[in-house]
Amino acid sequence: MSVGPVLSLRDVSVSVPGRGARGARALAVDRVSVDIAAGEVLGIVGESGAGKSLLASAVTGLLPPRAGLSGGEVWIAGARVDHLPEARLRRLRGRVVGTVFQDPLGALNPLMTIGAQLAETIAVHLPLSRSAARQRAAEALAEVGIPAPADRLGCYPHELSGGMRQRVGIALALCAAPALLIADEPTTALDVSVQAQILALLKRLCRDRGMAVMLITHDMGVIAETADRIAVLYAGRLVETGPVRDVLDTPCHPYTDGLVAAVPRIDGRPGRLAQIPGAMPPPGARPAGCAFHPRCALARDRCRKDPAPEVAAAGGRAACWFPCRSLPARTDP
Amino acid sequence: MLVSVPVFASADGPMTGLVRLTGVTRHFDPSPRGPGRILARPRPAPLTAVADVSLSIPEGTVYGLVGESGSGKSTLGRLVAGLLAPSSGRIEVAGRDPQGANAAAIGIQMIFQDPAASLNPRWRVGDIVTEPVAARGRVPRGLAERLLVQVGLDPADRGKFPRAFSGGQQQRIAIARALSANPRLVICDEPTSALDVSVQAQVLNLISDLRRDLGLTCLFISHDLAVIRHMADRVGVLYQGRLVEEAAAGTLFAAPRHPYTRMLLDAVPRLDGGGGRAGLRAGDIPDAVPAPTGCVFHPRCRVAVARCASERPALRAAACGRVACHLA
Repeated sequence: MSVGPVLSLRDVSVSVPGRGARGARALAVDRVSVDIAAGEVLGIVGESGAGKSLLASAVTGLLPPRAGLSGGEVWIAGARVDHLPEARLRRLRGRVVGTVFQDPLGALNPLMTIGAQLAETIAVHLPLSRSAARQRAAEALAEVGIPAPADRLGCYPHELSGGMRQRVGIALALCAAPALLIADEPTTALDVSVQAQILALLKRLCRDRGMAVMLITHDMGVIAETADRIAVLYAGRLVETGPVRDVLDTPCHPYTDGLVAAVPRIDGRPGRLAQIPGAMPPPGARPAGCAFHPRCALARDRCRKDPAPEVAAAGGRAACWFPCRSLPARTDP
Repeated sequence: MLVSVPVFASADGPMTGLVRLTGVTRHFDPSPRGPGRILARPRPAPLTAVADVSLSIPEGTVYGLVGESGSGKSTLGRLVAGLLAPSSGRIEVAGRDPQGANAAAIGIQMIFQDPAASLNPRWRVGDIVTEPVAARGRVPRGLAERLLVQVGLDPADRGKFPRAFSGGQQQRIAIARALSANPRLVICDEPTSALDVSVQAQVLNLISDLRRDLGLTCLFISHDLAVIRHMADRVGVLYQGRLVEEAAAGTLFAAPRHPYTRMLLDAVPRLDGGGGRAGLRAGDIPDAVPAPTGCVFHPRCRVAVARCASERPALRAAACGRVACHLA
């Protein structure tokens, strides 16, 4: 299975409780299919509530208590994992799938030195002695660009800056050399200069280790700088996916188009920004037809009635009745 | 649409403007509160959040304040709003000290980053938006409805509670509240940082429209350089509490003079993939306590020379602005 994708999601749906005591369960993630190959960064972008983090949680089987996988298949390195018992999933986490969280302070134990946390994680996954695990921990810190790593092992998380903590978070995720790294808003809490360092680090690790990276962010700029391919989520549905340059330069779905146009640009002219009217509906309150139609300037009657079909888009695919760019000649059968 | 900004700032200090800051410094005492304060040995040195800042904001213009976390942006905003007193230096808004009750009388209002936290969850929206007026007298009939319409909300929603609204709508409510007392100066502290990009565009456009229609003066604080580019006429760059560069927005973004400004601009991720360069030395922002000698930026600066470590550069006049760098 070395040539297949590291991660393959097939029609994955996640349901959450509906509003109110008797509300029907609603789909927060609705039949999403994406693949990530080794050495590739897939950027998942969408507004808050679009289902980005739930999709990532579905991969590791760490969905919140009231949410559940309600359909689809999750394949990691050629093995189906969505029906594995908890004990098997625990062994998968960390060893096969590493996770980097948004808030590095919340992801680290404030009462343990970072050396102890790293050594503990390494000891769980690798058959190493304590001193060897500590040695490996120092190597892990060096790999993520922490200066004087041996001295830093004795530091507590609060003694490190935000950027250094996030490096420790990445080192922790990489302890057991996972095939897939899930980075959920890894730089949202960081300053722009530190963000640039962390994103460069993720890119380098992805290339050097041939790791698959799922990068979740709401920041289109971060995606443009870091990802190879992009998947745009809206109201739980995958609305457009393709190579990052194709999608950002010639977006086919009106939502992608609107998102790209709404980003303030540092080299742009001051003045009005393009805006998408309205707001994304929560799960359970999604309109019939295409979920984006109430905010779409191009919507016609058909969009209000029938779910949008998947069509070929610039280098990828989009879910839209009336894409805003003329399509390439090739269409899917 | 943009108001042209007269060149007003000289090296020895700003002379005109609705807002005038002269040598403003603010220290905080980082020692623990309570009994621990007496026991703390050694007593920590005071943290200087804002150091010797002089600037001026002409009426009807937007002054953008940009910097990383811990640079003192928000402290400066709170000083101008009269919510904090300067340790030294002078702040004047419309010729008066904004401290205490003066802020409301002058017409200073603030819009905060987190709209959910800045709206009282137990108050109805109609009461929230008219509160600045109610605090000083009787609320005219229909004011709440007029304000809600002005920010693009349904006036029929005045009886709802804040939780019934999305983040973008809550920020509109906060904007309506700031507008209710006919402010002269609105201090926006990261007003869109908690919002998604499509909603951010709506709120930024709303602030632009209101500012143009009402002739508002704005102090616009953000860590996001692209947002500042869109909103500000004039931009000040703060680093560890010091103004390191100031210029008209067009000049600053086209030809940044200070190495810190250049580093910030290079680090911004761009949609064309041509940004996101980590152009700084290994390591992070050093602690503000103790402040480095010489130029505050020299430990991270790529072009620093020996002089930068020993001698603090003065903020001096440069092409349409001011810059504090020996080499600029």
